[in-house]
Amino acid sequence: MKTLALYAKVFGIGLQDTFVYRWNFVLRCGFTLVPLLGTVFVWRSVCEANGRVGDYSYSSMVFYFLAVLLVESLASPTEDEWRIAAEIREGQISALLTKPLDYLLYRFTLFASYRLLYTLLTLPLVACVLYGFREHVRWPEHALTWALFALSVAGSALIQFFVAFSLAMLAFWILEVSTLIFILYSFEYFLSGHVFPLDLLSPTLSAFVAWTPFPYELFFPIQILLERLSPEKLAEGFCIQFAWVFLSGMTAATLWKRGVRRYQAAGA
Amino acid sequence: MLRYLRIYAILLRNSLIREMSFKANFLLWSLVEILWFAGQIFFIEVLFSRVERIGDWSKWEVLALIGTHQVIGQIFQAFFYMNLTQIPELVRTGKLDTLLTLPIDAQFTVSTKQFGLDNLLNTLSGVCFVTYALHRLHITPSPGSLAVYALCILLGVSVHYSVMFGLSTLCFWIKRSQGLVHAYFSLFNLGRYPDSVFQGAFRFVFSWLVPVIVVSNVPVRFLTQPLREPLSLLPLFCQLCAASAGIFVLVRLLWKRALARYSSASS
Repeated sequence: MKTLALYAKVFGIGLQDTFVYRWNFVLRCGFTLVPLLGTVFVWRSVCEANGRVGDYSYSSMVFYFLAVLLVESLASPTEDEWRIAAEIREGQISALLTKPLDYLLYRFTLFASYRLLYTLLTLPLVACVLYGFREHVRWPEHALTWALFALSVAGSALIQFFVAFSLAMLAFWILEVSTLIFILYSFEYFLSGHVFPLDLLSPTLSAFVAWTPFPYELFFPIQILLERLSPEKLAEGFCIQFAWVFLSGMTAATLWKRGVRRYQAAGA
Repeated sequence: MLRYLRIYAILLRNSLIREMSFKANFLLWSLVEILWFAGQIFFIEVLFSRVERIGDWSKWEVLALIGTHQVIGQIFQAFFYMNLTQIPELVRTGKLDTLLTLPIDAQFTVSTKQFGLDNLLNTLSGVCFVTYALHRLHITPSPGSLAVYALCILLGVSVHYSVMFGLSTLCFWIKRSQGLVHAYFSLFNLGRYPDSVFQGAFRFVFSWLVPVIVVSNVPVRFLTQPLREPLSLLPLFCQLCAASAGIFVLVRLLWKRALARYSSASS
């Protein structure tokens, strides 16, 4: 019970921290819309000239990218890896090590509170966007889809958090982790379905990508929401997603354990 | 002016020495940039495996556009990007105070401290790519159009500079900086697409007020549309000049205002 109260407090701190820098927050939300509109323009022009692209009409393409916006606001970490890495580099985790906190859980609580606040605050914005594009929005027909979607988004959030956390852990061994973060980002950006739906890839390539963790961060939940998966594909997808949640979680925990053993509190 | 050039030469030299003492980091950053560039080309490959054209642009024209976008972005990043992203940190910690007391223009000081050699190297990858795209399009640009292209690139770099400098200046009001970098990349990603796909108010705003669309589109048109009627491209060129000058003046004014309200940090 006491533990729960402790992490509830951490959750509250996370909320406050976000509010302190509210303008940074507003800026970030606002500028997420610019590329979205840009993308919509590009696909409109492409679809007008060519009719359908792969399995997508203009409408379904627009809805696809609206779903990208939705899933990213629910599940993508924004600054977590940078802050964790900075805490290690600058020796601030010393203060946390002496407290009765599990660092991984502490960080996860902060991540969850930030995501919750972000989603709540961007909800009006997302609602406006959805309303603006209402003719393209096609909500799922089955209620079960929503439950599966929620489950897959939770899986996506876990994978992304664990990956971000593991990357930040490398700061125990090397001083400059930003290059590694950006290298992983570049794969994530193009192979998660952020730029284009992954089923536009050639069959061989898309079968290969399906084994990497990236589609399960974005493309898989979206496919569920768009009701494009057969029951077999759905089951297969969830299996691979859970495997990646497990693997990335283990990696995060192991790296933390090893890292702390090496830690020398530089600068403190 | 001469004095500023001399100071700049010293800064460049120092920065080069610094850069060469972190060789592994230099290689890793180059790798990061090459991966992002390759990713964009990959996207265009995927797109054109399904369609013939985007707007009135063919595949290799779009690839020349992406290459040009890379060239402009990398030149900007080589000379200014690092410095501009550090402005919020200078403001937050109060380190800006020291720079303000120097007997040179403060905008110059905060914009020019260091430069990225890896970005300069990546500019070359962009140039090679544009050259290859032109080869595939069977275009041999005349010296004239090459000169205009180069001039447009410089104007483009100045637009990138102004936008990022303007965004960084906002940190005097909003303090945390991560959102600013995000905003910069969001805006300039628009420049990778052919201008003809954009319409209405969106096109107006990003062609005139925050001219990120014209930045790479105008120079590419000078290369790919042979100068049969050179005058037809003149309005575009004028637009690029006007827009880049306009936004430069605007952010300079914003910077002056920001400094006037700056009250240092900590102490």
